[in-house]
Parts: sequence; C-alpha cells; structure tokens
Amino acid sequence: MSMNTQGRPTGVGTTGTSASGSALLPDEPLLFEIGDTEHSGVDLPDVTLSADRLGGFGRKSKLDLAGLTEPEAMRHYVRLSRLNHSIDSGMYPLGSCTMKHNPRLNEKMARLPGFADIHPLQPVSTVQGALELMNQLSHWLMTLTNTAAVALSPKAGAHGELLGMMAIKAAQDAAGQSHRKIVLVPESAHGTNPATAAFLGYSVKPIPARTDGTVDVQAVKDALSPEVAAIMLTNPNTCGLFEPQVIEIAKAVHDAGAFFYCDGANFNAIMGVVRPGDLGIDAMHINLHKTFSTPHGGGGPGAGPVVLSAALAPFAPVPFVRQGSNGLELVEHVEAEALGRVTAFHGQMGMYVRALTYMLSHGADGLAQAAQDAVLNANYVKARLEHVFSVPFPDYPTMHEALFDDSFLKGTDVSTLDFAKALIDEGFHPMTMYFPLVVHGAMLIEPTESESKQTLDHFCDVMAELATEAKSGNAERFTSAPMKAPRRRLDETRAARLPILKWEMPVETPKAAE
Amino acid sequence: MRYLPHSDHERAEMLGVIGAANIDALFSAVPKSALKSFTLDLPAHSPEFLVEAHLRALSNKNHAAGNGPFFVGAGAYRHHVPATVHHLIQRSEWLTAYTPYQPEISQGTLQMLFEFQTQVAKITGMDVANASLYDGSTGTAEAVLMARRLTRRNKIVLSGGLHPHYRDVVKSYLKDDADLVCLSPSPQGQGDILDHIDGNTAAIVIQTPDFYGHLRNLKGAAEAAHAQGALLIVVITEVVSLGLLEAPGALGADIVVAEGQSIGNALNFGGPYLGLMATRKEFIRQMPGRLCGETVDADGNRGFVLTLSTREQHIRREKATSNICTNSGLCALAFSIHMGLLGEAGFTRLARLNHATAIKLADALDSVPGVEVLNKTFFNEMTIRVTQPAVSLVERLARRGILAGVPASRLLPGDPDVDHLIILAATELTTDGDIAALTAALTEELA
Amino acid sequence: MTTKFTPDHEYIRVEGTTGVVGITNYAQEQLGDIVFVELPSVGKALKKGDEAAVVESVKAASEIYAPVSGTVTEVNDALSGEPGLINTDPTAGGWIYKIAISDAGEIDTLLDDAAYAELTV
Repeated sequence: MSMNTQGRPTGVGTTGTSASGSALLPDEPLLFEIGDTEHSGVDLPDVTLSADRLGGFGRKSKLDLAGLTEPEAMRHYVRLSRLNHSIDSGMYPLGSCTMKHNPRLNEKMARLPGFADIHPLQPVSTVQGALELMNQLSHWLMTLTNTAAVALSPKAGAHGELLGMMAIKAAQDAAGQSHRKIVLVPESAHGTNPATAAFLGYSVKPIPARTDGTVDVQAVKDALSPEVAAIMLTNPNTCGLFEPQVIEIAKAVHDAGAFFYCDGANFNAIMGVVRPGDLGIDAMHINLHKTFSTPHGGGGPGAGPVVLSAALAPFAPVPFVRQGSNGLELVEHVEAEALGRVTAFHGQMGMYVRALTYMLSHGADGLAQAAQDAVLNANYVKARLEHVFSVPFPDYPTMHEALFDDSFLKGTDVSTLDFAKALIDEGFHPMTMYFPLVVHGAMLIEPTESESKQTLDHFCDVMAELATEAKSGNAERFTSAPMKAPRRRLDETRAARLPILKWEMPVETPKAAE
Repeated sequence: MRYLPHSDHERAEMLGVIGAANIDALFSAVPKSALKSFTLDLPAHSPEFLVEAHLRALSNKNHAAGNGPFFVGAGAYRHHVPATVHHLIQRSEWLTAYTPYQPEISQGTLQMLFEFQTQVAKITGMDVANASLYDGSTGTAEAVLMARRLTRRNKIVLSGGLHPHYRDVVKSYLKDDADLVCLSPSPQGQGDILDHIDGNTAAIVIQTPDFYGHLRNLKGAAEAAHAQGALLIVVITEVVSLGLLEAPGALGADIVVAEGQSIGNALNFGGPYLGLMATRKEFIRQMPGRLCGETVDADGNRGFVLTLSTREQHIRREKATSNICTNSGLCALAFSIHMGLLGEAGFTRLARLNHATAIKLADALDSVPGVEVLNKTFFNEMTIRVTQPAVSLVERLARRGILAGVPASRLLPGDPDVDHLIILAATELTTDGDIAALTAALTEELA
Repeated sequence: MTTKFTPDHEYIRVEGTTGVVGITNYAQEQLGDIVFVELPSVGKALKKGDEAAVVESVKAASEIYAPVSGTVTEVNDALSGEPGLINTDPTAGGWIYKIAISDAGEIDTLLDDAAYAELTV
C-alpha cells in the first residue's frame, strides 16, 4: 500500500471496513418505506372536475403510490447513488463494454431546447436543424466506415443487429433468395448474434475458432452453401483480436451469394484507422454508447445505428432524412416497404446529439488517436501482466482488450469470480469474466483510451499482487470478497427460486398473547 | 486532445514496455491495404467553445415546443420535468455506471429498478413489471411475441385505434406472418375487435386512450378474449392517464405495455424513451427484458440483484425470450424520481389537471366554425375534423408560431378518410392563452 | 433394474417398461443451484434426442433430452416448488419425468455406469 504525505493510505476503497450501514454510507430504505401517499414534491393546482369526459372509465382501484417532498427525494436518490461504482469514480475494465469517459459537453448540448424540447411529429419545417444534425451524424458514420448508407433509428446495439439482419433478409427475399435459411456465427460471438438470427427464423450454424483465437477461413468456406444467408462476425473479435483474414472471409461469403453482417461492438479499436467498408462488410451496427461515449446510464438507453453497403441501402427502414426542394425532408413512408419501421419515431435523438458532439470534439485525428490509445492501453496491460497470467492467444498483438485465462488459479481454491470480486476491495470494477466462452475462465480487460498510464500501472500492480496472493494460498481474501463494498456477495439462488420483484406492504402480524 | 490522458512521451514509454517499434506494429493483423489507407473528409479536433457554437447553431434552427402554443401529442407528450430530476440523473454515479451485473457495487441502480418495477406494477394494477424496454412501440411488439409463447397460438389482432407506428413496428417484427390481423384505423368505423377473436387467437391488442384519443372498454375486451383462451394486451401511450383512468390490471389485462416518456423524460425528438411492461405473476418467465429482485447478502443484509437472467440472450443465446440487451436505465431513473416526487397526491392531481385542460381545449375548439370535435370521451387528447386539408392548415399555423397538433394523414398517408383530421393534446403546460391563440388562428384560417 | 446414461448427462432408470429420467450428480454439480425446472406435459410423445425439459440454474439453462423414445407418463411436480431437489438428491427425489419406453432396443445404445464414469473423469 502506498502512503501519501499525511500518512493515509491512498487509492479508492483501501480504507475502512465493510461499509454497509456505516455513518458515511448509510443503508437507504425503500421509497415506499419512507414516503407515503400524502407527501408530494411537486406543487400542482388541485382542480376539481365538475363533469369529466371519461365515459365511466375513471379509476376506482387504489394507486397507493409513495411520494416524497423535494428535500427527501434529493437525499434518497443521492444516498442510493453512492452505492454505485461509476466511470467517474474509478476504472471500469469491463471487456467488450467500452466504459470510456463521458464528456459533460455532450450532456449540455443534448439539453439545448432545440434538441430536447422538440416533438417527433411537429412539422418538418420547424425541425430543420434536427434533420441537419441527423445528416451530419450520418456523414460521420458513413465516412468513418466507408459505407453507402446508414439507418439511424435502432434503439440499441441488439436492435441495430436485428435491423441489419432484417435488411439482409429483405434483400434476399427481393432477389428470390428466400430459401437461404442458415446464418453462420463464430463460437466466440456475443450472445445477441445467435439470438437475433434465431429471432428472424434462421438456423444458426456455429463456426469453430482456430487455436489462435481467430476465425478459421477454411471452416467458413466449408460451411458456405446456397442455403447460407449471412455470416455474423465480430471484428475486432471478442477475444480482442483483429481477424487477419477478414477480407478473404468477406470474399468467400460474397462469392457464395451471402451477406457479411459485422457486429460493430468493438469499432472503438479501429475508428479512424480502419474502415470496415474496405474489409467487405455489408451491414454493421455501431454502439453509440460504447464507441462514441454516450452514457451507459446504469443499463441504457443505448443507440445502435447501422451502416449499410450499396447492396443493402435500398432496404433501409423508415424514417430517413433526404434533401428535398424545400430543405431537408423526413421520409416516413415508402411505397415498396421493404423493411418498414423498427421503432415509433426517429430513434435516439438525444444520443445523436451526444455522439456528434463527441465526434466534433475529437475530429478525425482525435478519433484515430483515441482508437490507437485504446489499443496501446490494452497492449500495455497485456505486456505488464503476461508473465503473471497466461495469454490464451499470444500469436497476434491484441486490439482494444487484453484476454487472459484462469490457468494461474489451478489448485488454489480461488475461482475467476472470486478473483474478480477481490478487485472490488481494491477500488476497481471487475473485468469481464467467463466471456468469451471459447476460453476457460476468461478474464477480458478493456481499459479504453480514457485511462492514464498512472491508473494502468496501479491496476497492473494490484492485479499482480492479487495473483501472488491467490497462488500463495490465501483463498479467504478472495472467497469472502468483497468486504469493503456496500454489500457482500448476494444470494442469487434465493432471488431466482422465490422471486420478489416488487415491494409489498409487510403484513402486520398480531402480537402473540402473553 | 482534452479527453486523452497520454503525453507523447508516455506513449513512447508504453510502446517500449510492450516492445513495439511504433503504434502501427500493434495493428499488424490488419491487412496492409486497409490500414490508414485513406484520408477522411472530416474536420480535425475542435475546442469546446467551437463545438458548442456548432451545436447551438443547429439547435437554433428548430422551433422548440416552449417557444409558443403547442398541442402536439400522438404518442409523445410535453410535460413539466422537475429540476430535481435533471440534477439527479446527471450525477456521475447514475449517469456513468454500467448495467448492474456486479450487485455488490451497484445497489443504487438495483434498488432504484426495484422501486421502478413497483411503481409500474402499481400504476398499471399488474402483479409484476420489468426493468423497462426501449420504448412503447418495441414493447408492443415484444408483448405480442410473449403472448404467442404463452398461448402457443399464432393469431394476433391489432385494434384500429393502435398508434399506426406501433402497428408498423409489430408488422416489421412479424414480417411474413399471415396470422397478423390489423383492423382499419379509420375513425369512421374500426370494426369490432371482439368479432375477430377465435380459438387460434393468441392476443388482441387495444390502446387506450387510442390513437384518436377515445377511451376504450377494456373490461368487455378482456372477458371476450379470455372466453376464447386469448390474452388481452393493453397499450398506453400517455402514461399520465393512469392517474385518472382505471388500471388495466383491475379490468382483466394480461400484459400492459406503455410509453413512459411522459413522466420524467423530455420530448427529445422521439428518443430516448422508455418502454414499460407489466404482466401477471404466472407469466414472468416469458416476459422479456431485465428483472431486478430482492435477496440478501452474505451478512444477511437486504440487497437486490438482476434475476431470472437465464431467459436472456447472453445465456440462452438462440433460445432467449428476446434479443434485447439494454433497457432504458437512465430514462427509468428519471421516471422513478419524477414519480417519487409526484406520489399518489401529485400523480392524480397531474392527471386531473391534464384532463381539465383538455376539456377547456375541446370546448374552445367546438366553438370554432369549421371545426368538429370527434371525441365523446378522451383523457388529454382529441381529434378534430376541419373543413380544409389538415397538413397545409397545420403548416400555416406553424408559420404563425402555433404547433397545432398532428395531421392524422402524416401517420396514415393515402387514407382519404383522415385527410381532414388533426389530433391535438393538452397538458398541464397548456395555458388559457395558448388555447385562445389557437382558436383565434383557426377561426381566421378556416374563415 | 438398470440405470443407463447419455453423453449429455441424463440418466434413465429402467423399471420394467417405464424409464425414470433425470440429470446425473455430475451434471447438477456443473450447473450449480437449480432454480427452475420446465417440465414436459404428461402424454407428450418424444423421440430419442428430443428436448423434453429445461433445467435452469442461476447462471445457465440446460435442455434435457429424451434418452429414448416414448411417451411421458408422469412428471415430478415437487420440482416446481423445490427445484433444489435436483441438487440435493438428483437420482431419487430429483427425478424429472417418467417415460413409457416405446423401443427397448434403444436402451442398449446408451452408456453404462463404467462408460459414463469414464466420460466425467
């Protein structure tokens, strides 16, 4: 432990003991335990309705909603917030999640009334600036990927994936190729890929990985047939590797009359450095909440625009923006509805503003630098730790994330999960564990470009120290971790066997007779 | 670059530790033909004040709702969001946290979701709610798929009063599906949805208040559906209505889907929004999306976790209930804080105020020559028939600074029945002055 | 009475013309705490290899396949309230369903004790 001049231990989470219920981090009761149906934090005139127009459908059942006044609400939600880890408070080395810094200028811009206070159905003549913003964002996305079109409206990555595969299906239906019912998915893929393919009625054919962690081109070629509709390939892949033969794979896929869907979850590693269109992709979703820094917000909202090749561009969904004679137009209906609509309105405008703000701040040069720094950071972590942990795929430099397996834990009574939980006591969010599935006890570390060398050094020191400790036989430190978090490990079995999914008023038990 | 912590000196030092000659060496797996083989037609990095000026210029080209009388609804509604909500959701610990997969250090998000689920269950009158979906339209499509899994039947009947964009999303999700019956959206005659229920029907989908603002009889629909073993899916696009209207759960709904934007969330030109979904306890395992549940930690303290996650794509892969990965976490937080501030007293007051304002609007519109209000029932939204084509009338009113609602034909193009219809909403933000300005302008334009 | 195994870790205990199907002790250890079991409906006809039930733990969901062809005659309803029986007692109280075996010949194609033990070393 390092000490500063005041003689206090430094680093987040290195002080104190179990924090649950301590003075500075009090346990917070539920809203329903502190509020009641009479308190309210909003002043509204209490109108009485002399005659309503509800046609007899007025409410008779009880609402029973708890309310809080403003000071009570402020304290409730501030206290709750302090039970969360966040990027702003410490490193979040979650592989495949890209937890990068969220610039606050993005938030400020998204709240400008010209963006936040406009309605999706007000006359198009009154929202020309919004359409121009959508056009500019589209230009950035198409230029960075070298593609012909982009569909902005998907609400998140998985939604974009669904739309991209719908476009492929529509294109094949239009070309009389509806018999193509198979989608190839490498074993290392995100779970959303097979879920999406199955959702659209495709059968999923897994493609095994080579021992070096990349996709086996020969296996793809062998699997291709006139029944194959598409391949869904993540590049850089979930092992953090760039697929070295991606161009050859794309060519084989196209030669077989199939499409190349690229899962763009890891675009952060190559933005401004490699254009996916040059690799032969036909469709790729881009997670604005990963690559372009829109906030994760505790699990959303995301945004998943999909770039499309010229072959798929005619099958883009509505709505989309186009130049008309009187300014920009919003096309909300097309005659031959190839794909239709995947959400009620125009997608995640709030996220478009944030992403464009991020792009303009970085510029083309800054985005390329960010991608290269993300790759530099991951390789630095890998270099500093490869003698401590084992690297399952050492043949290639890694891209934006460093992957280790759990062979260092053999014979220690410490699991990968235990090891990850011990990181919490050291002030770090755990890395991604047990994913990708192709590696035993995988630990996937994505530092992103936002971490300084100082933080990375501290993280690597802690990782190395924990590994030494695990191997030395001190299993207790790991199996009982975390000790210093707001809660210790939670009983997930109990939660799943007897689900309690909402608060219920406790039943008053009458006092037993004395 | 203000967001990148390394100096060039540090970059060089790190490359030394890695043993790489330069940064390109780390991209050695990329085919030579594709690595930095282009110049991008994009500007270079820019200081904060210039970026801000660029975005402000775009923002200024839009007519913000707050700039004048505003009556636009049809699936998204302009309500007041307390400053407390804006402040709290921008706290680092809420804004920059990930999905709460590590519950020990995510109890804030998890407890909030548990409270959110409870609030949604209470207002809809249902047993359980999930931790939110993308929005009301995708939620409706998910509900339809869920009903098919539950009943193992295929036929789905969509009421003509369902928001046309919601109908289109369901159609996209069920492409090539012969068993999807969409009733005519014409306000003249939507046909009786109850006539279409048979032994193959998985569910009927009814929106209330419907697209035109009419209130629908859910109790009768539930009874008719259940008599055939079908489910009733209720869709609500204006969630404030639940402060005044009977809860769908009390009327026999099996799945309730709502757009939650009205509470805590700005208009945002259509997103991000917030899908609410609630159902009966026995249907939990077929419900898509994340769920938060109560449990205890190793010391016996109450805590919360994401639970029943084996239904989800990251575990079930191609057998998952849905391919959904994210919820609308931050929008759910905004909803939950706003609802927590309102409480029962505030929520019911807000609903009454909306209804009272809408009554004023309806009465005022009724007095304008050339305007006919079609609704006998409504909550805060209604449809009028005007003597001129609605699109150009609304455009002319916009030029006078009045955003007078949505021409029905914008959502139902090519349907001559709706060319003269405008859908208008009033909320607590609509003033007497706004209504007077609208009726005066309408009187002039229609004269 | 013989017990046979599949490579997917189901067991079938043959009692006359009926088979009692569940998952092996090894399988329950791998899955961890079982939290939910989706049972087949009685009367359902199954072909060997068909998906018959689903067993869920906190971290995984696993399909249970029919080791032989036949018709489901009975299911273990106790698992609905107490899925943990599969963990505590996989071969007795934790059985999943009973099947009327339609082709006794299929039994012989399954693994015996020794062969299964070898698989799980």
